[in-house]
Amino acid sequence: MIRVEKLSRTFGEVAALNAVDLQVRKHQTTVIMGGSGSGKTTLLRMLAALDKPSSGHVWFDGHDLASIRRKELYELRARMGMVFQYSALLNSLNVYDNVAFTLHEHTQLDESIIRTMVTMKLEQVGLRGFESFMPSELSGGMAKRVAFARALAMDPEIVFFDEPTSGLDPISAGVIATLIKDLTQKTHMTSVVVTHDVHAGLQIADYIILLWQGDIIAEGTPDEIRQHADERVQQFLEGRPDGPIPFSRSKTAYIDDLLHKPGVVRIL
Amino acid sequence: MMSVSFDAVIRLLGSLGRFALTSLDRMGDATTLSLSSLALLFRRPWQGQHIVLQLYALGVGSFIIIAITGAFTGMVLALQGYYTLAKFGSESLLGAGVALSIIRELGPVLGALMLIGRAGSSITAEIGIMRVTEQVDALEMMAINPRARVLLPRIIATTIALPILVTMFDIIGLASGYVIGVELLGVNGGAYIGEMISKVMLQDLYAGWVKAVGFGFIIGVICTYMGYRAEPTTEGVAAATTKAVVAASVGVLIMNYVLTSFFL
Ligand SMILES: Nc1ncnc2c1ncn2[C@@H]1O[C@H](COP(=O)(O)OP(=O)(O)OP(=O)(O)O)[C@@H](O)[C@H]1O
Ligand SMILES: [Mg+2]
Repeated sequence: MIRVEKLSRTFGEVAALNAVDLQVRKHQTTVIMGGSGSGKTTLLRMLAALDKPSSGHVWFDGHDLASIRRKELYELRARMGMVFQYSALLNSLNVYDNVAFTLHEHTQLDESIIRTMVTMKLEQVGLRGFESFMPSELSGGMAKRVAFARALAMDPEIVFFDEPTSGLDPISAGVIATLIKDLTQKTHMTSVVVTHDVHAGLQIADYIILLWQGDIIAEGTPDEIRQHADERVQQFLEGRPDGPIPFSRSKTAYIDDLLHKPGVVRIL
Repeated sequence: MMSVSFDAVIRLLGSLGRFALTSLDRMGDATTLSLSSLALLFRRPWQGQHIVLQLYALGVGSFIIIAITGAFTGMVLALQGYYTLAKFGSESLLGAGVALSIIRELGPVLGALMLIGRAGSSITAEIGIMRVTEQVDALEMMAINPRARVLLPRIIATTIALPILVTMFDIIGLASGYVIGVELLGVNGGAYIGEMISKVMLQDLYAGWVKAVGFGFIIGVICTYMGYRAEPTTEGVAAATTKAVVAASVGVLIMNYVLTSFFL
């Protein structure tokens, strides 16, 4: 469904992604895992054409997202949904109008039909009855579930999730994880999930891509990843602070900083 | 010694140049952004409903402050004008003096500054917060062009709202000037009105409205631009709001000089 070729993205001096190649297959859940700052969000934003690559290509069903025209992109977007890391509900609208937003904007459906659809989506995320709440009245976890319902409103073919389970209590996180898995299997949806939650990632993934500092260091099925030989992969799965992946991203020696000595590699 | 000050001069020139370049760069960026937004006015989907909503919010939000400013401006002009004119024994010209000052100058300028403080800053803050919380990206993902939905209605709304608000400012200013001049200071009411009507030309009214439209437009452009390009952090939005108020106010004052010299 999506093919990524030599995709790079730099922010000034910082290289967030270094020429990665990957594929997102139809009707599968592809999980992109990696530590903080490894480039997950950056990658996801380019898969959804919210950001332009510095170089390389993202092919979505044969369309090159880097050079696509806005009108065509918006037609493709009718087939996409996205759940943002911090929900991104529209502040000025209540829960009902947020979930119904795309239906109101892009369809001529009767309000009674829309109401039924919204009720069904809210029931799926366990928030039926909260229609009249404003986003500011919801907890972070509830907002995330509403965002989930909103992303599903148009029954998209592909949904992008940025950290769908972070900030949720274990039960809601489990429900959301199961929901992603179920939807992908039962409705033939395609999901792309970005997460640093190893447990949820391994649970829902059909295919895992492991990022580290802008490079793909491993990819494969959950079983392949669990048995991966690379020391960095095992360290990430087990969450050990020591190993080839340094926990600290500082580039100067700790003792030098404490003693206010200029570090050797302070710049660069 | 010599070389140090030479260095300092070079550095100063360098930073001045950089400042000029970034300012030009930002002006270019703002122009492109607002023109590309305005071009969407004639595209489907038609944003009429959102323009009306913004107009309503601006009008309701700014009316009271405009009315108060207008009233006190008219009052103080009548007092000051009377004090000056009385020295020449030409108090009868008070009505014309108050009216011309308000219609040509103070109505548009003070109205614009009030709109910036009351509505411009909140436009920047609102759009900046939509950026920080990824609502702009969410719109984009739901196939809604944020330029058409968020920027365009606000630019159109400030451009339409300001002339209306300025007209209210003028009417209230003239009325309160009359009250002070005639009722309090005892200028002859007939002379006050008569001089006012004979001295205020239609082109003075036009000049005031043209200014108001121009000011409304640059307020909309600057305040939406600052919000849209705000650095997506809390501090970024705060800084953008301050910058928007300063830039829009300075912009209005500069544009006022240019338009005034043009109309005289
Ligand atoms: N808008 C931006 N401007 C500058 N640098 C950025 C920007 N976005 C990301 N980066 C940099 O790119 C790198 C990757 O960031 P990204 O947000 O993709 O990480 P992430 O894997 O999503 O991390 P997290 O798990 O913390 O969300 C980081 O080093 C970050 O500093
Ligand atoms: Mg992220």
